[in-house]
Amino acid sequence: MNEFIESIGFLQEGPFAIPRWEALFSNIDVLWQGALVTLLVASLGLVMALVLGIAFGVMSTSHWRVPRAFARAYVEFYQNTPLLIQVFMLFNAIPLLITGLFIPVIVIGIIGVGMYHGAYIAEVVRAGIQSIGRGQLEAALSQGFTYIGAMRHIIIPQAMRIVLPPLTNQAVSLIKNTSVIAIIAGGDLMYAGDSFAGRYGHYGPTYVVVGLLYFLMCFPLAMLARRLEEQTRSD
Amino acid sequence: MEAFMNSPVMVMLSDPILYIGLGYGLLLTLQIASMSIALSFVFGTVLGAARYSGLPVVSQLAGAYIEVVRNLPALLLILISYFVLGQSAMWAATIGLTIYTSAIIAEVIRGGLNSVPAGQWEAARSQGFSFLQSMRYIVLPPAIVKMIPPIVSQFVTVIKDSSFAMAIGAYELMFKGTILAAKYWKPEQVITIYIVISLVYFVINFAISTVARSLQVKLSVGRGSIGD
Repeated sequence: MNEFIESIGFLQEGPFAIPRWEALFSNIDVLWQGALVTLLVASLGLVMALVLGIAFGVMSTSHWRVPRAFARAYVEFYQNTPLLIQVFMLFNAIPLLITGLFIPVIVIGIIGVGMYHGAYIAEVVRAGIQSIGRGQLEAALSQGFTYIGAMRHIIIPQAMRIVLPPLTNQAVSLIKNTSVIAIIAGGDLMYAGDSFAGRYGHYGPTYVVVGLLYFLMCFPLAMLARRLEEQTRSD
Repeated sequence: MEAFMNSPVMVMLSDPILYIGLGYGLLLTLQIASMSIALSFVFGTVLGAARYSGLPVVSQLAGAYIEVVRNLPALLLILISYFVLGQSAMWAATIGLTIYTSAIIAEVIRGGLNSVPAGQWEAARSQGFSFLQSMRYIVLPPAIVKMIPPIVSQFVTVIKDSSFAMAIGAYELMFKGTILAAKYWKPEQVITIYIVISLVYFVINFAISTVARSLQVKLSVGRGSIGD
């Protein structure tokens, strides 16, 4: 058996050689640490994105012009510029503006993906609210609901069903996009993998395992999104 | 006036090196983005059609590719193309973005085709339309209207994500800007550089989104009840 394995070339040398796998698995803790940071950034970033998304989504359907314009500007700016620039602004520019202010890289990551995906979620929420007939809002207002109350009790619960599938897809994108903080040494899964791989040149196995870990985080959510989509379509 | 012209920001903005540097960066960004968009549109369409076809092995293979790739970060695919496949930075970025975007486009194509009720397909076939005719005249027109917004927003994402190429040292717009921010290191200069780059990305992406929006409105005229 050993002779058989030794006769297989790519297991002995090259990017996927067995010694490289052994080196990776004896240092696998590095990747666990990174995965925990990614999960932390993703979950807090998602909370921030949801808060911003719902606030700006409701604002962009309001009948007052100022909040609508404000929400529009937020969405257009964040959807049309790269996340990486927004992260670099927080990383490079803000500490220069306010001297002595140090933002931990993890916080930059949370604010970065939170603001970026908040803009996408705002659009999802807006589309959800607009899919509910105007008559419903008018009926609620005529019954003495305030605008916020009508949103809270009448419109949002119905819009949830339409909003949930794309919202889940946004959560998947958000997890994937937390990887940009690797470029500013964020200590996340991508950074952990890249710096380990770079130190010893074990790129092949490291990227396979890093990819597998991202897949394990994203795939269940992606499946959930598909299930929700099919549910919405069938009823 | 004198003081204004001698301010760090104005000194930087009157330096041609800034514009030459950012100009070359923009060219590489556009090159990476346009090649990735063209390639992933072709591969994505083939994959999406394969997935939709329901042909035994072909459909499952396409499905596996789509499911695996769309749950991986684009940055990881770029790094793999660079370090494992050993491509140059420009090609690694193009290949990484193409692998990723093809899977997303394929999913959009499949979703668009699926959004046309099966009854319409059966009705067309029962009326003697061939496979290609049913596609061309019955299924594709409403499906394409549905596909345009997500495909275009994915193209905008490709332009934005091409900035990930700075991780492998491709001199695209974002990396050029960061290099220039080391030459012009004063706070107001650094911030101005990032604002300028943001504006360049914004103008390109906003223009694309606006054109797509009007295109969708034009295409959906007269098909209100089917297209939406």
